Amino acid sequence: MYRYDKIDHAIVQARVTQFRDQTRRHLAGTLSEDEFRPLRLQNGLYIQRHGPMLRIAIPYGMLSSIQLRTLGDITRRYDRGYGHFTTRQNLQLNWVKLPEVPDLLAELAAVEMHAIQTSGNCIRNVTSDKFAGIAADEIADPRPWGELVRQWSTFHPEFAYLPRKFKIAISGATEDRAAILVHDIGLQLVKDAAGEIGFTVYAGGGLGRTPLLGQRLKEFLPWQHLLTYCEAIVRVYNRYGRRDNMYKARIKILVKATGAAEFGRQVDEEWAHIKDGPGTLTAGEVDRVASQFSAPDYLDFSSAPVTNEAQASDKAFTRWVERNVRDHKIPGYAAVTLSLKQPGLAPGDASADQMEIAATLADEYSFGELRVSHEQNLILADVAKKELYALWQKAKAAGLASPTIGLLHDMIVCPGGDFCSLANAKSLPIAEAIQERFSDLDYLHDIGEMELNISGCMNSCGHHHLGAIGILGVDKGGEEWYQVTIGGAQGNNASIGQVIGRSFAAQDVPDAIERLIDAYIALRHADEKFVDTVRRLGLQPFRDAAYNAVLQERAYA
Amino acid sequence: MREQLIKNRQCVSDPWQTVAVGDDFAGVVLPPGPVLISAELWLARRADWLVRCASGEEIGVSLAPAFAVEKIADDISWFSLIAVEFPKFADGRGYTTARLLRERYSYTKELRAVGDVGRDQLFLLHRVGFDAFLIPAGRDAQEAIGAFDDFPEVYQAATDQTLPLFRRRTA
Repeated sequence: MYRYDKIDHAIVQARVTQFRDQTRRHLAGTLSEDEFRPLRLQNGLYIQRHGPMLRIAIPYGMLSSIQLRTLGDITRRYDRGYGHFTTRQNLQLNWVKLPEVPDLLAELAAVEMHAIQTSGNCIRNVTSDKFAGIAADEIADPRPWGELVRQWSTFHPEFAYLPRKFKIAISGATEDRAAILVHDIGLQLVKDAAGEIGFTVYAGGGLGRTPLLGQRLKEFLPWQHLLTYCEAIVRVYNRYGRRDNMYKARIKILVKATGAAEFGRQVDEEWAHIKDGPGTLTAGEVDRVASQFSAPDYLDFSSAPVTNEAQASDKAFTRWVERNVRDHKIPGYAAVTLSLKQPGLAPGDASADQMEIAATLADEYSFGELRVSHEQNLILADVAKKELYALWQKAKAAGLASPTIGLLHDMIVCPGGDFCSLANAKSLPIAEAIQERFSDLDYLHDIGEMELNISGCMNSCGHHHLGAIGILGVDKGGEEWYQVTIGGAQGNNASIGQVIGRSFAAQDVPDAIERLIDAYIALRHADEKFVDTVRRLGLQPFRDAAYNAVLQERAYA
Repeated sequence: MREQLIKNRQCVSDPWQTVAVGDDFAGVVLPPGPVLISAELWLARRADWLVRCASGEEIGVSLAPAFAVEKIADDISWFSLIAVEFPKFADGRGYTTARLLRERYSYTKELRAVGDVGRDQLFLLHRVGFDAFLIPAGRDAQEAIGAFDDFPEVYQAATDQTLPLFRRRTA
């Protein structure tokens, strides 16, 4: 993975020094809260229900074992011994103390990490495919491009005070695993007829109050122009994006209001001035960065037996393999998902011990590297298949082997009202109640793949719009209610879920979900995913199924 | 602490005067000496001001955040000062305005950031081409000057650095 050179180190360390001084001035009373707020936000520091929350960037989801071990250690010394991995591949700490944050950032900087631009109205942490570099369907590795975008966007002098936050995601594979259509800019790596690398560029996607899918601005943008073209997009947005209403300030609103064709024309007009200028990427720089993402030294295990007979008949193990292990482009290797969806614990949470164990597993089995997935799990991307059984046993002992990846238990959930001061409602207890209701593993596997996403408010950090089933916490008359959507999907055929009807009280959510699942099982064709059944039959049969008389009566009118 | 102008990393006195103007642009009379007027007033009475400029009197224009810099593109060479207003520092349109003035329209004279401007904006403002900063009363201008050295290196090309780091790193 990318290693900082002395210049990268100097820049991140300068940021620590700068923020230390800003914090000092704020605590001394010479920098008011209003002045300090945007500065601390650009360093990932929110003020939440329990005090400051720090969001640490994990660029395009890549972590070394050294970094993860440091994160675990930091959570123990600066926080309460755990952290929350988010759907944007970041790590959030909920209990940091403001005066200690500069020291914490200095420790992060020592392992080439930071919290730069993880919040605020600026270009945020760039996200990518959790299986980058190892997927069989990959056109090109997205990570070097992610790093190039990270460097370009870091302290970009023109774009520190945009109308609103700005998120970029990159996919390098034919299957989009980075949700690029719901980002402000979505980049899809493609090759033209001559085999040259380029990008299909989308802009104006996003969730939140007004969920919209990105519009295609460029079918094929040659790679050399990636940064100048992005600069043109963000410049047009910085000039013309709305600033009068924060709910209408994202680029998606500008693209929609302007029309994708006209917006694309404005971007092209701007781009014409800077295209082929000094911001044009060079082969030398791309090679320099790409060389740091070269494949590890794989050995030839293609003919090694994966398991012995006893292991192969271990049902718990085979079930885990079925759900949590994924093919790798190199024969004899596999990608293993370490689940952070242990029933009873907040989805995406990992304890300091778990982080350290995962780091050790990465050292033992996966060349010392991990990835954070957008579904809030950790991934060991390069595991020899013959080691799977041993790895599984250790992961299981650490509570990292719930065999439920892609199933109903593998929910995307924001921290919700238990932690977040923006939330309208709690999300963690809802997730737990649903996991409890569907506690039978055989049944979970029978239901099959199911994306259930929960957000505690319209900001949609839990990507509820993209869940086959989505749950949104809403505030009605000061009470917490839950709106259910169905038919959402991420990926190449992304769609925005639709509301099935009146909102449910918290206590009724598990019933409603169970009724939806029952309807799906009764209606589905063989091997049909929930979202496809909804697309085939429409909302009505699910709407009818979800509410019995009692639920209808109790639902918020 | 009173309002202070920083220019070339120093606190300096400000020779420019501003003129209070109502809606009636037609009746405006400018005093002698360097005068800063709004871009709207410039455009409304452009022919008169060109006569004034031709007589050697200096004029500057002040741009509100939403002002489209293209509207004065043809007049850039007449201005000895362009002020870009930041009513709130979180409104970043002026950063693009500055780059366009410097990089697209080749404006070379004083480019001044005015309004809600403080230490923590100076590094980036300087990068996009501002060389003067009007620090409002109550803020420590002398201390703010330290901000120009906040970062030892930068990744992107901008007005202050015409090559991105990747073209210098490999050199």
